Amino acid sequence: MFQHNNLRNRTAIRQLAAEIRTISRKPVRLMEVCGGHTMAIHRFGLTALLPEWVELVSGPGCPVCVSGQRYLDGCIWLSRLPGVIIATYGDLIRVPASFSSLEKERSRGGDIRIVYSVTEALSLARENPGKSIVFLGIGFETTAPASAFAIREAMRQNLANFFLFSAHKVMPPALRALVDEELRIDGFIAPGHVSSITGTGIYRFLPEEYGKGVVVSGFEPMDMMLSVLGLVKMFESGPPAVENQYKRVVKNEGNRKALDLLDEVFEPSDDLWRGLGMIPLSGLQLQSTFQQHDARIHFKVPEMESTEPKGCICGEILKGLKRPAECPLFRNVCTPDNPVGACMVSGEGSCAIAYKYTRH
Amino acid sequence: MNGLIRDLFFRYFDNPVLARAADAASLELPDTRIAFTTDAFVVDPIFFPGGDIGKLAVCGTLNDLAVAGATPQYLSVSFILEEGMLISDLERIVRSMADTANEAEVSVVAGDTKVVPKGKGDKVFITTSGIGILPEEYSPIGEGRNIRPGDAILVNGTLGDHGIAVLLQRESFRLHAPIQSDCANLYPLIREVLKGCPEVRFMRDATRGGMATVLCELIEHRPFGIELNEERIPVNSAVADACELLGMDPLYVANEGKVVLVVPGDAASQVLEMMHRHPLGTTASIVGRITEEHPGKVIMKTDLGGSRWIDYLTGDQLPRIC
Amino acid sequence: MCLGVPARVISIEGDLASVMIGEITYQANVALLEEVVPGDYIILHAGFGIEKVDPAEAEETMRLIRTMDQQEPDNEDGIVPT
Repeated sequence: MFQHNNLRNRTAIRQLAAEIRTISRKPVRLMEVCGGHTMAIHRFGLTALLPEWVELVSGPGCPVCVSGQRYLDGCIWLSRLPGVIIATYGDLIRVPASFSSLEKERSRGGDIRIVYSVTEALSLARENPGKSIVFLGIGFETTAPASAFAIREAMRQNLANFFLFSAHKVMPPALRALVDEELRIDGFIAPGHVSSITGTGIYRFLPEEYGKGVVVSGFEPMDMMLSVLGLVKMFESGPPAVENQYKRVVKNEGNRKALDLLDEVFEPSDDLWRGLGMIPLSGLQLQSTFQQHDARIHFKVPEMESTEPKGCICGEILKGLKRPAECPLFRNVCTPDNPVGACMVSGEGSCAIAYKYTRH
Repeated sequence: MNGLIRDLFFRYFDNPVLARAADAASLELPDTRIAFTTDAFVVDPIFFPGGDIGKLAVCGTLNDLAVAGATPQYLSVSFILEEGMLISDLERIVRSMADTANEAEVSVVAGDTKVVPKGKGDKVFITTSGIGILPEEYSPIGEGRNIRPGDAILVNGTLGDHGIAVLLQRESFRLHAPIQSDCANLYPLIREVLKGCPEVRFMRDATRGGMATVLCELIEHRPFGIELNEERIPVNSAVADACELLGMDPLYVANEGKVVLVVPGDAASQVLEMMHRHPLGTTASIVGRITEEHPGKVIMKTDLGGSRWIDYLTGDQLPRIC
Repeated sequence: MCLGVPARVISIEGDLASVMIGEITYQANVALLEEVVPGDYIILHAGFGIEKVDPAEAEETMRLIRTMDQQEPDNEDGIVPT
């Protein structure tokens, strides 16, 4: 396709690939924790450019994948209430809940609208005073500030019919949960856009407490190759540290205005991650000041019983401990058409990819 | 209803066969193979940049005939109207269909209309069926019976225009882009190609699921593979940018005026030149080739020299944030 | 969450900035950013500007690419389909 920026410069990328091949002497496993990075690797075919002993592993960075079944069941329950319009990012439409999905509900007559921005949901609330608009807030620190802005606006404009159903999560507790076990990961590619909000300090515990290097990476092939090179260098000759490859967007101190807004609107809560279970203080829920816009409270969303089939080992796959083929559900119960766990739900999750590669 | 048929449909689709107003059209067809196809059209919104559901319904069926190697002759059209649909909208659609059919020199010889209660339809659904004359020499084309390694794969122009144009029109995203549907009757272009290169191995129009789906379907269970060259795949920069923004892949986005062709390797540059001379083929490109390697798989060489396995997508693409 | 693309600011009115991504125009919300002016580039994600692009750092990355572009890699690897 027509190239439209220099960050996809073929010669430069190959130059970096050659350098990685020269410098990397020992087998190394690098984890990226962001769906965007997983996508970039596959879209640009980067795996073919790296030596076989440099392995890239997909971690739990896709907010869709890790949204628990309980949350999805709550979304379905809300969509069935009369007078409710669900506004959601497209990512969530096909994610399986216990018995249904938003896509299935829509074909049954549920009023479910895909939006590109939460601001469209605010407009829906203004334009439909007789309806309740429930926005499904998923995503990490990149998307949470947008939801926070929307809540603040709803308060300001007295949009009593706008609600947030939050499944927002924060990165650091999940990263801790990953490394707190025996973990065969030698370095981390950190998510560039999450980091543009949070700053790079949140990753410091990885080199300081666990001796693992971290590079905050952009999403272009150039960014990713530079980041892999940086991690390989750290792994080969140390010392492990946090490097910022995405300096053109990420300030080490993050986006103060966005962080302040998060503090103003949200508070940390224990949250359920698909495949990783309950992680303390890893989620974001609205503070009580904003409870009139909290869908969970206003509609009294019941606590759902999670019915994830037994045998799902997504947690171990997400941590890089097991491979998809080792999961008893892989291919017979859990397929891209009927995904069970996080790793199969996203088209670019470890299991979805393994399924493709072993299909023939 | 009679008024609608008389004043709208008969007026715009005027031709001797239809004017007889019999229960069935009586057609004289030469003693040769007939190609026959049918398709239903339910696109939302019904009007979009570059076209409308009517033009789509006519072109869609004409294209199904054309890519089989057939010369389209007759169409039937059936409407399911939702109660309350504006007559002015319907007239606009019918006029568009008549214009498209007239330009294509095909007649609408049979039709039907039903009205369903409000809420049981979506303004208008259209089903078209088409009959075409299929010369014997072109009959292997539809199945691609003669495809072999060394053959070249071409497409007549930029990918993803229709799907993105419709998506941006339908959804509330408020992205404004100068993107038009490529909805068009491909028969004139295909006729030129077949005249100059009767040994065309295979043709299919790349509609829902995009070019990627056509190619995956083509090589399923076949003893050959496909090698695609990303650099050679034509995409409008506005479409590429919209896809980037929404997290979609132009390879899988719907088209309504694009044909994927497989031709003998040594005929490729000649066919390309032919297409470039035609208004529907100015951005045509040789995008890949049939190979003995990796049978059953489509492998794309990326712009960077990496490689990517192009497989089926599960379900429709959706805009995403992740 | 990750899908952020650079967009050029054309004009500002309060919290909204008219931006262009190639030929695409959009009204981005820039409430999360300080002092955005026409000519700035922002990263657009889900309708919001989440950060500005630092032109000096961007230039530095481009400079790195230009340097590498002039050198030929030592070992030309064949393309291995995965």
